[in-house]
Amino acid sequence: MLFCRLATTLGTFDISLDKLSDGELWLAQFFRGLSDGATYASLALALVMIYKSTGFINFAQGSLALLGVYLVYVFSVEQGLPIAVAVVCAMVASALVAMFIERTFIRPFPPNNVLPLVIVTLGLLLIIDSAVGIVWQFRTRSLPSMFSDSAPIQWGIARLTWRTIGNLGAVFVVVGLLYVLMARTKIGLAFRAVSSNLESAQLMGIRVGSTLGFGWALAAAIGTLSGALVVPDLLLEPSVMLRVLIFSLAAAALGGLDSMVGAVLGGLVVGLTRNLLVTFLDLSELALATAVAVILVVLLARPTGFLGTVRRERV
Amino acid sequence: MNFTAMGFKSNQAVADTQNTQDTQDVDLLQCDSEYLKVCGLRAAYGDVGVLHGIDFSVAKGQIAVILGANGAGKTTTLRALTGMVSTEGSIRLAGEELVGEPTAEIVRRGVAHVPQGRGTFGDMSVEENLLVGAFVRNDKQVRSDIAYWYQTFPVLGERRNQPAGSLSGGEQQMLAIARALMLRPSLLLLDEPSLGLAPMVTRFLFEQLKASNAIAGTTMLVVEQNAGLALSVASWAYVLEAGEMVLAGPACELAVNDKVRRAYLGY
Ligand SMILES: Nc1ncnc2c1ncn2[C@@H]1O[C@H](COP(=O)(O)OP(=O)(O)OP(=O)(O)O)[C@@H](O)[C@H]1O
Ligand SMILES: [Mg+2]
Repeated sequence: MLFCRLATTLGTFDISLDKLSDGELWLAQFFRGLSDGATYASLALALVMIYKSTGFINFAQGSLALLGVYLVYVFSVEQGLPIAVAVVCAMVASALVAMFIERTFIRPFPPNNVLPLVIVTLGLLLIIDSAVGIVWQFRTRSLPSMFSDSAPIQWGIARLTWRTIGNLGAVFVVVGLLYVLMARTKIGLAFRAVSSNLESAQLMGIRVGSTLGFGWALAAAIGTLSGALVVPDLLLEPSVMLRVLIFSLAAAALGGLDSMVGAVLGGLVVGLTRNLLVTFLDLSELALATAVAVILVVLLARPTGFLGTVRRERV
Repeated sequence: MNFTAMGFKSNQAVADTQNTQDTQDVDLLQCDSEYLKVCGLRAAYGDVGVLHGIDFSVAKGQIAVILGANGAGKTTTLRALTGMVSTEGSIRLAGEELVGEPTAEIVRRGVAHVPQGRGTFGDMSVEENLLVGAFVRNDKQVRSDIAYWYQTFPVLGERRNQPAGSLSGGEQQMLAIARALMLRPSLLLLDEPSLGLAPMVTRFLFEQLKASNAIAGTTMLVVEQNAGLALSVASWAYVLEAGEMVLAGPACELAVNDKVRRAYLGY
């Protein structure tokens, strides 16, 4: 056991055999991991969508999701709307904001030169995060969840809650809808054409700018949903989505960056790994570092992730 | 060849009418109806000028060819026409200025462009490639047009659900041309359609182009290394050298021009 050796040499971690042989604890952490994993998966989906179509990671997506979650807070807690309605309104609102941002800050740059665009998205990340901090202050709040924390199924401490089921269900619904959108609709066809070959897509009369704007809007709505799923388990404060973004990046990278199914698998793997490591190795301080370590190990072994495509062109 | 899907005449009849028309009306067409008129066209990649103010025109319904050595600027000329390189000068299509318009808007005016290197969507299926070709169309005949191209190029029909990237280079060239014609363009730009194709396939492809030209009246501007074949299909020809148009005239005249013979026909 590499981990045991590592732990004993360091001499600081306490791995009791009791814990490791506790089936209920395993199951409990498994459920928790699935639930977290589902939320990482949904933000990872949004990251993958933009990566596929533009060839870069949009770091501002965590911030758009953050803005979305605060809107959920405003609509539900402050305006008193039912939480599900508040989430839908916030998804629509963040989609509109994303379209505006794409139009104003992204479209002026040539779409085939990635570096300036990545820098712009990093700038947007900082701007949106601090704007949220200024508007809503840096104090923590709690956000209601769409799904109750009661458990229809329970073995001792292992509880399969409605929230876990709801989070997983939401991700599968999103994947299903995205699949139908991409495979069966005209805008989906345009989106895939732009992802596949930007110049050829233009030569087919596809308006690349508005197609990518649509992608941004969709990704922001999904990001907001992801935030609305994960934040009730944490506390709402202006840096909450940054942590989620890092785990989601890990998930997207594991899945191969350009595969939607890969993003979902990656999200679940990151969620499970994180919860199991934190529980059995007492690594809660190092949770972020372990996420990065997991990405590194997988990408070293398999540079294209689980399901990423090797870019291969015939000449 | 079976043209029933579009109610076409036989290929041979089409070629015959085309030939007689070529020899008689070329001069008339040339000054009468300049469908595409390019004046003082300059294009550059960054600071490097590639086209130094060229003039040319293509009459409606005509097939024109641009000949030129490697690096002469043929691809750049076509890219300028569809707004894919920074351009100065004037490009008028049916009287409307195209310079400064974004690529997608130029295409929406009926200009299809088969780029050098084909530009197929490798990870999308053959059928999806054809569907994207008809992206800006809203009529009900998209399906029957696809069926027509499956008849014309049976290999596309057999592999309709396979990713375009798995086709051979020649098959992808057929796909790229069929995809461009799915737009039902009024002007078709072709950049070295014969590149990498077997001679038989090239001839077949040019027959198809000629058929589309005769039946649908599609105006065509072709850049082609196979000068002999191109001159036999085209009615008007240009020679581009180092970013300048150095020769222009009816294809049949250029085909017997000494300079063209030596430089491009190789005898
Ligand atoms: N993207 C680019 N950036 C910089 N220079 C370019 C670019 N594309 C082409 N050029 C240059 O412009 C000139 C004309 O190129 P162009 O591709 O138009 O030639 P061509 O006539 O199509 O040649 P070929 O027969 O080899 O296809 C060449 O000198 C080439 O090096
Ligand atoms: Mg060329």
